[in-house]
Amino acid sequence: MNDKGNKTDVIIVGGGPAGISAAITVARAGYEAIVIERGSFAGSKNVFGGAIYTESVKELFPEFEKSAPLERKNIEHKFAILGENDSTIVSYRNTPETPVSYSVIRGKFDRWMAEEAKKEGVIVAEETVVRELIQEQGKVIGVKTELEDYYADIVILADGVNSLLAKQIGLRKDIEPKDVAVSVKEVIKIDKQKINDRFLINDDEGCIYTLFGGSMLGKLGLGFVYTNKDSISIGLGITLDELSSTGIKPYELLEDIKGHPSIAPLIKDGEIVEYSAHLIPEGGYKKMPKLFSDGVMVVGDAAMLVNNMHWEGTNLALKSGILAGETAILALKEKDFSKKSLKRYDKKLKQSFVIKDLYTYRNLMDVMHNKRKIFMDIYFKKINAFFEMFTSVNGIPKRKLYWQFICDFIKSRGICGLTSDVWAVVKLVWSVLIK
Amino acid sequence: MNLDKNLATLKYTPDTKSHLQPCSEDCRVCKNRPCINACPAGVYEWLEDKQKLLVKYENCLECGACRIICEKKSLKWEYPKGTKGVVFKKG
Repeated sequence: MNDKGNKTDVIIVGGGPAGISAAITVARAGYEAIVIERGSFAGSKNVFGGAIYTESVKELFPEFEKSAPLERKNIEHKFAILGENDSTIVSYRNTPETPVSYSVIRGKFDRWMAEEAKKEGVIVAEETVVRELIQEQGKVIGVKTELEDYYADIVILADGVNSLLAKQIGLRKDIEPKDVAVSVKEVIKIDKQKINDRFLINDDEGCIYTLFGGSMLGKLGLGFVYTNKDSISIGLGITLDELSSTGIKPYELLEDIKGHPSIAPLIKDGEIVEYSAHLIPEGGYKKMPKLFSDGVMVVGDAAMLVNNMHWEGTNLALKSGILAGETAILALKEKDFSKKSLKRYDKKLKQSFVIKDLYTYRNLMDVMHNKRKIFMDIYFKKINAFFEMFTSVNGIPKRKLYWQFICDFIKSRGICGLTSDVWAVVKLVWSVLIK
Repeated sequence: MNLDKNLATLKYTPDTKSHLQPCSEDCRVCKNRPCINACPAGVYEWLEDKQKLLVKYENCLECGACRIICEKKSLKWEYPKGTKGVVFKKG
Protein backbone atom coordinates (compact mmCIF):
# COMPACT_ATOMS: atom_id res chain seq x y z
CA MET A 1 0.00 0.00 0.00
CA ASN A 2 1.18 3.51 -0.66
CA ASP A 3 -0.27 6.83 0.32
CA LYS A 4 -2.95 6.65 -2.36
CA GLY A 5 -6.36 5.30 -1.42
CA ASN A 6 -8.12 2.77 -3.67
CA LYS A 7 -4.87 0.98 -4.29
CA THR A 8 -4.69 -2.67 -5.27
CA ASP A 9 -2.19 -5.12 -6.72
CA VAL A 10 -3.53 -5.52 -10.25
CA ILE A 11 -6.30 -3.76 -12.13
CA ILE A 12 -7.60 -5.45 -15.24
CA VAL A 13 -9.58 -3.33 -17.68
CA GLY A 14 -12.19 -5.51 -19.38
CA GLY A 15 -14.00 -8.67 -18.31
CA GLY A 16 -13.68 -10.78 -21.45
CA PRO A 17 -11.70 -14.02 -21.67
CA ALA A 18 -8.30 -12.26 -21.62
CA GLY A 19 -9.16 -10.07 -18.64
CA ILE A 20 -10.79 -12.80 -16.59
CA SER A 21 -7.95 -15.27 -17.16
CA ALA A 22 -5.38 -12.67 -16.11
CA ALA A 23 -7.42 -11.83 -13.01
CA ILE A 24 -7.91 -15.45 -11.94
CA THR A 25 -4.22 -16.21 -12.42
CA VAL A 26 -3.29 -13.30 -10.17
CA ALA A 27 -5.94 -14.11 -7.55
CA ARG A 28 -4.89 -17.75 -7.35
CA ALA A 29 -1.42 -16.61 -6.27
CA GLY A 30 -2.98 -14.70 -3.39
CA TYR A 31 -2.82 -11.19 -4.82
CA GLU A 32 -5.70 -8.80 -5.21
CA ALA A 33 -7.13 -8.43 -8.70
CA ILE A 34 -9.90 -6.02 -9.70
CA VAL A 35 -11.60 -6.37 -13.06
CA ILE A 36 -13.28 -3.21 -14.31
CA GLU A 37 -15.97 -4.06 -16.84
CA ARG A 38 -17.96 -1.43 -18.73
CA GLY A 39 -20.97 -3.65 -19.39
CA SER A 40 -23.74 -4.40 -16.93
CA PHE A 41 -22.30 -7.93 -16.74
CA ALA A 42 -19.21 -9.59 -18.19
CA GLY A 43 -20.07 -10.56 -21.76
CA SER A 44 -22.78 -7.96 -22.27
CA LYS A 45 -20.63 -6.01 -24.74
CA ASN A 46 -18.97 -9.04 -26.32
CA VAL A 47 -19.69 -10.80 -29.59
CA PHE A 48 -18.03 -13.67 -31.44
CA GLY A 49 -18.94 -16.44 -33.89
CA GLY A 50 -18.61 -18.79 -32.18
CA ALA A 51 -16.92 -21.50 -30.38
CA ILE A 52 -14.57 -21.71 -27.43
CA TYR A 53 -11.67 -24.12 -27.57
CA THR A 54 -11.64 -26.93 -25.03
CA GLU A 55 -7.89 -27.10 -24.49
CA SER A 56 -7.54 -23.39 -23.80
CA VAL A 57 -10.45 -23.21 -21.35
CA LYS A 58 -9.20 -26.33 -19.54
CA GLU A 59 -5.90 -24.65 -18.78
CA LEU A 60 -7.82 -22.24 -16.59
CA PHE A 61 -10.82 -24.36 -15.58
CA PRO A 62 -9.87 -28.08 -15.78
CA GLU A 63 -13.45 -29.14 -14.98
CA PHE A 64 -15.34 -26.49 -16.94
CA GLU A 65 -17.42 -29.00 -18.88
CA LYS A 66 -19.28 -29.88 -15.67
CA SER A 67 -20.56 -26.40 -14.90
CA ALA A 68 -19.99 -23.98 -17.79
CA PRO A 69 -22.98 -22.98 -19.94
CA LEU A 70 -22.06 -24.84 -23.12
CA GLU A 71 -24.32 -25.18 -26.12
CA ARG A 72 -23.07 -28.02 -28.33
CA LYS A 73 -19.78 -29.89 -28.79
CA ASN A 74 -18.66 -29.39 -32.35
CA ILE A 75 -18.19 -32.58 -34.30
CA GLU A 76 -18.26 -31.29 -37.84
CA HIS A 77 -16.67 -28.40 -39.69
CA LYS A 78 -17.90 -27.61 -43.18
CA PHE A 79 -16.07 -25.36 -45.59
CA ALA A 80 -18.50 -24.01 -48.15
CA ILE A 81 -17.43 -22.11 -51.23
CA LEU A 82 -20.50 -20.24 -52.33
CA GLY A 83 -20.88 -19.16 -55.92
CA GLU A 84 -23.67 -16.88 -56.99
CA ASN A 85 -26.14 -19.77 -56.91
CA ASP A 86 -24.05 -22.91 -56.55
CA SER A 87 -21.64 -24.20 -53.92
CA THR A 88 -18.90 -26.70 -53.20
CA ILE A 89 -18.72 -27.98 -49.66
CA VAL A 90 -15.88 -29.88 -48.02
CA SER A 91 -16.61 -31.31 -44.62
CA TYR A 92 -14.62 -32.88 -41.80
CA ARG A 93 -16.51 -34.87 -39.19
CA ASN A 94 -15.16 -36.63 -36.13
CA THR A 95 -16.35 -37.41 -32.62
CA PRO A 96 -13.26 -37.56 -30.43
CA GLU A 97 -13.63 -38.11 -26.69
CA THR A 98 -12.66 -34.51 -26.05
CA PRO A 99 -14.18 -32.19 -28.61
CA VAL A 100 -11.94 -29.47 -30.02
CA SER A 101 -14.54 -26.80 -29.37
CA TYR A 102 -17.97 -26.03 -27.97
CA SER A 103 -20.41 -23.48 -29.26
CA VAL A 104 -21.35 -21.02 -26.52
CA ILE A 105 -23.44 -17.91 -26.01
CA ARG A 106 -21.04 -15.24 -24.84
CA GLY A 107 -23.66 -13.51 -22.74
CA LYS A 108 -23.81 -16.69 -20.67
CA PHE A 109 -20.26 -18.00 -20.96
CA ASP A 110 -18.35 -14.79 -20.15
CA ARG A 111 -20.72 -14.20 -17.28
CA TRP A 112 -20.02 -17.70 -15.97
CA MET A 113 -16.27 -17.10 -16.19
CA ALA A 114 -16.64 -13.85 -14.27
CA GLU A 115 -18.73 -15.62 -11.59
CA GLU A 116 -16.03 -18.30 -11.28
CA ALA A 117 -13.45 -15.56 -10.94
CA LYS A 118 -15.46 -13.96 -8.15
CA LYS A 119 -15.53 -17.29 -6.31
CA GLU A 120 -11.74 -17.27 -6.44
CA GLY A 121 -11.51 -13.83 -4.91
CA VAL A 122 -11.43 -11.58 -7.98
CA ILE A 123 -13.37 -8.36 -7.56
CA VAL A 124 -15.43 -7.54 -10.65
CA ALA A 125 -16.68 -3.96 -10.86
CA GLU A 126 -19.36 -3.81 -13.54
CA GLU A 127 -20.96 -0.82 -15.26
CA THR A 128 -17.73 1.12 -14.91
CA VAL A 129 -15.88 2.66 -17.84
CA VAL A 130 -12.18 3.37 -17.59
CA ARG A 131 -11.75 6.70 -19.37
CA GLU A 132 -7.98 6.97 -19.16
CA LEU A 133 -4.86 5.61 -17.57
CA ILE A 134 -3.17 7.56 -14.81
CA GLN A 135 0.54 7.99 -15.37
CA GLU A 136 3.29 9.26 -13.12
CA GLN A 137 6.71 9.90 -14.60
CA GLY A 138 5.84 7.75 -17.59
CA LYS A 139 4.64 4.84 -15.46
CA VAL A 140 1.07 3.62 -15.45
CA ILE A 141 -0.09 3.73 -11.85
CA GLY A 142 -3.86 3.52 -12.11
CA VAL A 143 -7.06 4.18 -13.98
CA LYS A 144 -9.51 7.05 -14.14
CA THR A 145 -13.15 5.96 -14.26
CA GLU A 146 -16.25 8.14 -14.45
CA LEU A 147 -16.64 7.95 -10.72
CA GLU A 148 -13.30 7.45 -9.06
CA ASP A 149 -9.61 6.96 -9.64
CA TYR A 150 -8.18 3.57 -8.78
CA TYR A 151 -4.51 2.77 -8.33
CA ALA A 152 -2.57 -0.45 -8.82
CA ASP A 153 0.97 -1.72 -9.12
CA ILE A 154 0.08 -3.17 -12.51
CA VAL A 155 -2.70 -2.39 -14.98
CA ILE A 156 -3.57 -5.05 -17.55
CA LEU A 157 -5.37 -3.76 -20.64
CA ALA A 158 -7.98 -6.27 -21.78
CA ASP A 159 -10.18 -3.52 -23.15
CA GLY A 160 -10.84 -5.12 -26.50
CA VAL A 161 -10.12 -4.44 -30.14
CA ASN A 162 -10.52 -0.67 -29.96
CA SER A 163 -8.17 -0.40 -26.96
CA LEU A 164 -8.38 3.33 -26.57
CA LEU A 165 -6.17 2.95 -23.51
CA ALA A 166 -3.24 1.34 -25.35
CA LYS A 167 -3.50 4.22 -27.80
CA GLN A 168 -3.62 6.81 -25.04
CA ILE A 169 -0.22 5.79 -23.72
CA GLY A 170 1.33 5.37 -27.15
CA LEU A 171 1.58 1.57 -27.25
CA ARG A 172 -0.26 1.59 -30.57
CA LYS A 173 -1.05 3.93 -33.42
CA ASP A 174 -4.47 4.39 -34.95
CA ILE A 175 -5.85 1.16 -36.37
CA GLU A 176 -6.21 1.25 -40.15
CA PRO A 177 -9.47 0.10 -41.76
CA LYS A 178 -7.69 -2.76 -43.52
CA ASP A 179 -6.53 -4.19 -40.20
CA VAL A 180 -9.97 -4.85 -38.72
CA ALA A 181 -13.08 -6.59 -39.95
CA VAL A 182 -16.55 -5.55 -39.01
CA SER A 183 -18.64 -8.53 -38.08
CA VAL A 184 -22.41 -8.73 -38.06
CA LYS A 185 -24.31 -11.67 -36.68
CA GLU A 186 -27.81 -12.89 -36.07
CA VAL A 187 -28.85 -15.47 -33.53
CA ILE A 188 -31.83 -17.25 -35.04
CA LYS A 189 -34.13 -19.33 -32.87
CA ILE A 190 -34.95 -22.69 -34.40
CA ASP A 191 -36.44 -25.79 -32.87
CA LYS A 192 -33.78 -28.14 -31.49
CA GLN A 193 -35.00 -31.13 -33.49
CA LYS A 194 -34.96 -29.09 -36.69
CA ILE A 195 -31.34 -28.10 -36.02
CA ASN A 196 -30.44 -31.76 -35.48
CA ASP A 197 -32.15 -32.77 -38.73
CA ARG A 198 -30.77 -29.95 -40.84
CA PHE A 199 -27.20 -30.38 -39.67
CA LEU A 200 -27.29 -34.19 -39.29
CA ILE A 201 -26.32 -34.08 -35.63
CA ASN A 202 -27.59 -35.32 -32.29
CA ASP A 203 -28.86 -33.25 -29.36
CA ASP A 204 -25.53 -32.24 -27.85
CA GLU A 205 -23.56 -32.20 -31.10
CA GLY A 206 -22.71 -29.12 -33.12
CA CYS A 207 -21.69 -28.22 -36.63
CA ILE A 208 -19.68 -25.26 -37.90
CA TYR A 209 -19.83 -23.75 -41.37
CA THR A 210 -17.13 -21.49 -42.70
CA LEU A 211 -18.50 -19.64 -45.71
CA PHE A 212 -16.36 -18.33 -48.53
CA GLY A 213 -17.65 -16.22 -51.38
CA GLY A 214 -21.37 -15.72 -51.83
CA SER A 215 -22.16 -12.05 -51.37
CA MET A 216 -18.48 -11.57 -50.53
CA LEU A 217 -17.02 -12.90 -53.77
CA GLY A 218 -13.96 -10.79 -54.51
CA LYS A 219 -14.02 -9.25 -51.07
CA LEU A 220 -11.86 -9.99 -48.08
CA GLY A 221 -14.44 -11.51 -45.81
CA LEU A 222 -15.81 -14.78 -44.51
CA GLY A 223 -19.13 -15.99 -43.24
CA PHE A 224 -19.89 -18.44 -40.47
CA VAL A 225 -22.64 -20.61 -39.04
CA TYR A 226 -22.59 -22.15 -35.57
CA THR A 227 -25.24 -24.33 -33.97
CA ASN A 228 -26.40 -23.58 -30.44
CA LYS A 229 -28.86 -25.72 -28.46
CA ASP A 230 -31.98 -24.17 -29.92
CA SER A 231 -30.62 -21.42 -32.10
CA ILE A 232 -28.22 -20.85 -34.94
CA SER A 233 -25.62 -18.11 -35.06
CA ILE A 234 -25.00 -16.86 -38.58
CA GLY A 235 -22.79 -13.98 -39.48
CA LEU A 236 -19.84 -12.66 -41.39
CA GLY A 237 -16.78 -10.55 -41.00
CA ILE A 238 -15.62 -8.21 -43.74
CA THR A 239 -12.48 -6.12 -43.78
CA LEU A 240 -13.46 -2.56 -43.04
CA ASP A 241 -11.66 -1.06 -46.05
CA GLU A 242 -14.02 -3.01 -48.33
CA LEU A 243 -16.78 -0.74 -47.09
CA SER A 244 -14.85 2.52 -47.46
CA SER A 245 -15.84 3.68 -50.89
CA THR A 246 -18.57 1.29 -51.93
CA GLY A 247 -22.24 1.43 -51.16
CA ILE A 248 -22.18 -1.98 -49.47
CA LYS A 249 -23.51 -2.29 -45.98
CA PRO A 250 -22.40 -5.20 -43.80
CA TYR A 251 -25.95 -6.28 -42.90
CA GLU A 252 -26.93 -6.36 -46.57
CA LEU A 253 -24.09 -8.78 -47.25
CA LEU A 254 -25.39 -10.96 -44.43
CA GLU A 255 -28.91 -10.83 -45.80
CA ASP A 256 -27.59 -12.02 -49.19
CA ILE A 257 -25.69 -14.90 -47.61
CA LYS A 258 -28.79 -15.92 -45.66
CA GLY A 259 -30.67 -16.13 -48.93
CA HIS A 260 -28.09 -18.30 -50.70
CA PRO A 261 -29.71 -21.58 -51.82
CA SER A 262 -27.17 -23.61 -49.83
CA ILE A 263 -27.73 -21.63 -46.62
CA ALA A 264 -31.39 -20.59 -46.66
CA PRO A 265 -32.75 -24.08 -45.83
CA LEU A 266 -30.59 -24.18 -42.68
CA ILE A 267 -32.30 -21.15 -41.15
CA LYS A 268 -35.74 -21.50 -42.70
CA ASP A 269 -38.67 -20.43 -40.49
CA GLY A 270 -36.32 -19.21 -37.79
CA GLU A 271 -36.92 -16.15 -35.67
CA ILE A 272 -34.14 -13.60 -35.19
CA VAL A 273 -33.68 -13.25 -31.45
CA GLU A 274 -30.60 -11.05 -31.47
CA TYR A 275 -28.64 -8.99 -33.95
CA SER A 276 -25.14 -7.92 -33.00
CA ALA A 277 -21.95 -6.46 -34.37
CA HIS A 278 -18.32 -6.19 -33.33
CA LEU A 279 -14.88 -5.54 -34.76
CA ILE A 280 -12.37 -8.34 -35.27
CA PRO A 281 -8.67 -7.51 -35.10
CA GLU A 282 -7.18 -8.79 -38.37
CA GLY A 283 -3.83 -7.05 -38.57
CA GLY A 284 -1.90 -10.02 -37.21
CA TYR A 285 1.75 -10.13 -36.24
CA LYS A 286 2.80 -7.00 -38.11
CA LYS A 287 0.14 -4.85 -36.48
CA MET A 288 0.46 -5.93 -32.88
CA PRO A 289 0.89 -3.01 -30.48
CA LYS A 290 3.76 -2.86 -28.04
CA LEU A 291 2.64 -5.37 -25.41
CA PHE A 292 4.09 -3.85 -22.25
CA SER A 293 5.50 -0.74 -20.67
CA ASP A 294 6.12 0.52 -17.15
CA GLY A 295 3.26 -0.78 -15.01
CA VAL A 296 1.15 -2.03 -17.90
CA MET A 297 0.57 -5.05 -20.16
CA VAL A 298 -1.82 -5.56 -23.13
CA VAL A 299 -3.74 -8.83 -23.69
CA GLY A 300 -6.37 -10.38 -25.98
CA ASP A 301 -8.03 -8.43 -28.77
CA ALA A 302 -6.47 -5.23 -27.44
CA ALA A 303 -3.13 -6.79 -28.44
CA MET A 304 -4.46 -7.89 -31.91
CA LEU A 305 -4.14 -11.52 -30.84
CA VAL A 306 -6.35 -13.18 -33.43
CA ASN A 307 -5.34 -16.00 -35.76
CA ASN A 308 -7.80 -15.33 -38.55
CA MET A 309 -6.59 -18.23 -40.68
CA HIS A 310 -7.97 -20.66 -38.07
CA TRP A 311 -10.82 -18.59 -36.59
CA GLU A 312 -8.98 -18.51 -33.27
CA GLY A 313 -9.29 -15.63 -30.85
CA THR A 314 -10.65 -16.59 -27.45
CA ASN A 315 -7.89 -19.18 -26.97
CA LEU A 316 -5.20 -16.61 -27.71
CA ALA A 317 -6.98 -14.22 -25.35
CA LEU A 318 -7.10 -16.80 -22.53
CA LYS A 319 -3.45 -17.73 -22.98
CA SER A 320 -2.25 -14.12 -23.12
CA GLY A 321 -4.25 -13.40 -19.97
CA ILE A 322 -2.64 -16.31 -18.14
CA LEU A 323 0.86 -15.27 -19.22
CA ALA A 324 0.27 -11.63 -18.27
CA GLY A 325 -1.10 -12.85 -14.92
CA GLU A 326 2.00 -15.00 -14.33
CA THR A 327 4.25 -12.09 -15.18
CA ALA A 328 2.30 -9.86 -12.78
CA ILE A 329 2.84 -12.43 -10.00
CA LEU A 330 6.60 -12.44 -10.58
CA ALA A 331 6.65 -8.64 -10.63
CA LEU A 332 4.60 -8.43 -7.41
CA LYS A 333 6.94 -10.86 -5.67
CA GLU A 334 9.94 -8.83 -6.71
CA LYS A 335 8.14 -5.49 -6.30
CA ASP A 336 9.47 -4.49 -9.69
CA PHE A 337 6.82 -3.17 -12.08
CA SER A 338 9.18 -1.66 -14.57
CA LYS A 339 9.23 -2.20 -18.31
CA LYS A 340 12.18 -4.51 -17.82
CA SER A 341 10.26 -6.71 -15.40
CA LEU A 342 7.09 -6.85 -17.50
CA LYS A 343 9.04 -7.63 -20.66
CA ARG A 344 8.86 -11.22 -19.42
CA TYR A 345 5.23 -11.26 -20.58
CA ASP A 346 6.37 -10.44 -24.10
CA LYS A 347 8.98 -13.20 -23.90
CA LYS A 348 6.51 -15.79 -22.59
CA LEU A 349 4.02 -14.88 -25.29
CA LYS A 350 6.69 -15.19 -27.98
CA GLN A 351 7.59 -18.66 -26.71
CA SER A 352 3.95 -19.76 -26.73
CA PHE A 353 1.80 -20.77 -29.68
CA VAL A 354 0.17 -17.34 -29.60
CA ILE A 355 2.88 -15.27 -31.24
CA LYS A 356 4.44 -18.26 -32.99
CA ASP A 357 1.17 -18.74 -34.89
CA LEU A 358 0.73 -15.05 -35.63
CA TYR A 359 4.31 -15.01 -36.93
CA THR A 360 3.65 -18.07 -39.11
CA TYR A 361 0.82 -16.20 -40.84
CA ARG A 362 2.49 -12.77 -40.78
CA ASN A 363 2.33 -12.43 -44.60
CA LEU A 364 -1.14 -13.87 -45.07
CA MET A 365 -3.12 -10.64 -44.93
CA ASP A 366 -0.72 -8.80 -47.26
CA VAL A 367 -1.17 -11.52 -49.89
CA MET A 368 -4.93 -11.62 -49.40
CA HIS A 369 -5.24 -7.84 -49.65
CA ASN A 370 -3.29 -7.88 -52.92
CA LYS A 371 -4.98 -10.91 -54.40
CA ARG A 372 -8.49 -10.82 -52.98
CA LYS A 373 -10.14 -10.01 -56.29
CA ILE A 374 -8.45 -13.08 -57.75
CA PHE A 375 -8.32 -15.64 -54.94
CA MET A 376 -11.66 -14.74 -53.41
CA ASP A 377 -13.47 -14.39 -56.72
CA ILE A 378 -11.99 -16.05 -59.82
CA TYR A 379 -10.62 -19.10 -58.04
CA PHE A 380 -13.70 -19.64 -55.90
CA LYS A 381 -15.81 -19.48 -59.04
CA LYS A 382 -13.44 -21.86 -60.80
CA ILE A 383 -13.78 -24.45 -58.03
CA ASN A 384 -17.54 -24.39 -58.46
CA ALA A 385 -17.17 -24.35 -62.25
CA PHE A 386 -15.02 -27.48 -62.06
CA PHE A 387 -17.64 -29.41 -60.14
CA GLU A 388 -20.37 -28.07 -62.38
CA MET A 389 -18.43 -29.46 -65.33
CA PHE A 390 -17.58 -32.71 -63.54
CA THR A 391 -21.16 -33.47 -62.57
CA SER A 392 -22.70 -32.39 -65.88
CA VAL A 393 -24.35 -34.88 -68.20
CA ASN A 394 -24.86 -33.20 -71.53
CA GLY A 395 -23.72 -35.47 -74.34
CA ILE A 396 -20.41 -33.61 -74.70
CA PRO A 397 -17.39 -35.93 -74.51
CA LYS A 398 -15.56 -35.62 -71.20
CA ARG A 399 -12.16 -34.92 -72.76
CA LYS A 400 -13.63 -31.92 -74.53
CA LEU A 401 -15.16 -30.71 -71.26
CA TYR A 402 -11.83 -30.98 -69.45
CA TRP A 403 -9.99 -29.03 -72.14
CA GLN A 404 -12.70 -26.42 -72.26
CA PHE A 405 -12.33 -25.97 -68.50
CA ILE A 406 -8.54 -25.79 -68.70
CA CYS A 407 -8.63 -23.27 -71.57
CA ASP A 408 -11.19 -21.12 -69.76
CA PHE A 409 -9.08 -21.25 -66.65
CA ILE A 410 -5.92 -20.10 -68.43
CA LYS A 411 -7.82 -17.44 -70.37
CA SER A 412 -9.39 -15.99 -67.25
CA ARG A 413 -6.02 -15.29 -65.61
CA GLY A 414 -3.51 -15.29 -68.46
CA ILE A 415 -0.10 -16.89 -68.20
CA CYS A 416 1.38 -13.88 -66.40
CA GLY A 417 -1.50 -13.79 -63.94
CA LEU A 418 -1.24 -17.49 -63.20
CA THR A 419 2.53 -17.26 -62.71
CA SER A 420 2.09 -14.37 -60.33
CA ASP A 421 -0.62 -16.25 -58.38
CA VAL A 422 1.44 -19.41 -58.08
CA TRP A 423 4.47 -17.39 -57.02
CA ALA A 424 2.41 -15.57 -54.36
CA VAL A 425 1.16 -18.89 -53.00
CA VAL A 426 4.61 -20.48 -53.03
CA LYS A 427 6.08 -17.49 -51.20
CA LEU A 428 3.25 -17.60 -48.67
CA VAL A 429 3.57 -21.34 -48.09
CA TRP A 430 7.34 -20.91 -47.73
CA SER A 431 6.83 -18.24 -45.07
CA VAL A 432 4.33 -20.48 -43.27
CA LEU A 433 6.40 -23.67 -43.34
CA ILE A 434 10.03 -22.64 -43.51
CA LYS A 435 10.81 -19.08 -42.47
CA MET B 1 -33.09 -6.99 -44.31
CA ASN B 2 -35.11 -4.87 -42.06
CA LEU B 3 -32.41 -3.26 -39.98
CA ASP B 4 -34.90 -1.59 -37.68
CA LYS B 5 -36.48 -4.94 -36.93
CA ASN B 6 -33.05 -6.38 -36.17
CA LEU B 7 -32.13 -3.50 -33.90
CA ALA B 8 -35.43 -4.02 -32.10
CA THR B 9 -34.11 -7.39 -30.88
CA LEU B 10 -31.61 -5.55 -28.72
CA LYS B 11 -31.84 -4.14 -25.26
CA TYR B 12 -30.63 -0.54 -25.08
CA THR B 13 -30.35 1.94 -22.26
CA PRO B 14 -29.72 5.14 -24.20
CA ASP B 15 -27.96 8.12 -22.67
CA THR B 16 -29.37 11.60 -23.12
CA LYS B 17 -26.11 12.79 -24.67
CA SER B 18 -24.39 11.25 -27.71
CA HIS B 19 -21.13 9.41 -27.17
CA LEU B 20 -20.40 9.94 -30.90
CA GLN B 21 -19.41 13.45 -31.92
CA PRO B 22 -18.53 13.96 -35.58
CA CYS B 23 -16.73 17.13 -36.58
CA SER B 24 -19.33 18.99 -38.66
CA GLU B 25 -16.70 20.94 -40.62
CA ASP B 26 -14.91 17.76 -41.70
CA CYS B 27 -18.16 15.90 -42.47
CA ARG B 28 -19.26 18.68 -44.81
CA VAL B 29 -16.18 18.30 -47.00
CA CYS B 30 -15.79 14.53 -46.58
CA LYS B 31 -16.07 12.86 -50.00
CA ASN B 32 -17.22 9.35 -49.17
CA ARG B 33 -18.60 9.60 -45.64
CA PRO B 34 -17.69 5.92 -45.21
CA CYS B 35 -19.14 5.85 -41.70
CA ILE B 36 -22.61 5.75 -43.26
CA ASN B 37 -21.93 2.48 -45.09
CA ALA B 38 -19.73 0.84 -42.54
CA CYS B 39 -21.97 1.26 -39.51
CA PRO B 40 -23.73 -2.05 -38.81
CA ALA B 41 -26.52 -0.20 -37.03
CA GLY B 42 -27.21 2.52 -39.60
CA VAL B 43 -26.41 5.18 -37.03
CA TYR B 44 -25.29 7.80 -39.56
CA GLU B 45 -27.37 9.58 -42.15
CA TRP B 46 -26.37 12.58 -44.27
CA LEU B 47 -28.93 15.37 -44.21
CA GLU B 48 -28.44 17.11 -47.54
CA ASP B 49 -30.65 20.10 -46.70
CA LYS B 50 -28.94 20.76 -43.40
CA GLN B 51 -25.49 19.69 -44.68
CA LYS B 52 -25.10 17.78 -41.51
CA LEU B 53 -24.57 14.23 -40.29
CA LEU B 54 -27.52 12.89 -38.33
CA VAL B 55 -26.26 10.61 -35.55
CA LYS B 56 -28.78 8.13 -34.18
CA TYR B 57 -26.39 7.27 -31.36
CA GLU B 58 -29.05 5.44 -29.38
CA ASN B 59 -28.83 2.58 -31.95
CA CYS B 60 -25.05 2.26 -31.66
CA LEU B 61 -23.63 -1.25 -31.15
CA GLU B 62 -20.36 0.23 -29.86
CA CYS B 63 -18.19 -1.62 -32.37
CA GLY B 64 -15.92 1.27 -33.34
CA ALA B 65 -16.09 0.80 -37.13
CA CYS B 66 -16.98 4.49 -37.70
CA ARG B 67 -14.05 5.66 -35.60
CA ILE B 68 -11.56 3.61 -37.61
CA ILE B 69 -13.05 4.30 -41.03
CA CYS B 70 -13.42 8.06 -40.49
CA GLU B 71 -11.21 9.53 -43.22
CA LYS B 72 -10.42 12.70 -41.33
CA LYS B 73 -9.94 10.82 -38.07
CA SER B 74 -12.00 13.53 -36.50
CA LEU B 75 -14.94 11.57 -35.12
CA LYS B 76 -14.89 11.91 -31.37
CA TRP B 77 -15.79 8.41 -30.22
CA GLU B 78 -16.03 7.14 -26.71
CA TYR B 79 -17.80 4.34 -24.91
CA PRO B 80 -21.18 5.23 -23.45
CA LYS B 81 -21.37 5.55 -19.68
CA GLY B 82 -21.17 2.33 -17.71
CA THR B 83 -24.89 2.04 -17.22
CA LYS B 84 -25.78 3.03 -20.80
CA GLY B 85 -25.69 1.68 -24.31
CA VAL B 86 -26.38 -1.74 -25.78
CA VAL B 87 -26.64 -5.05 -23.93
CA PHE B 88 -25.92 -8.23 -25.86
CA LYS B 89 -27.66 -11.10 -24.11
CA LYS B 90 -26.37 -13.65 -26.61
CA GLY B 91 -23.29 -12.16 -28.25
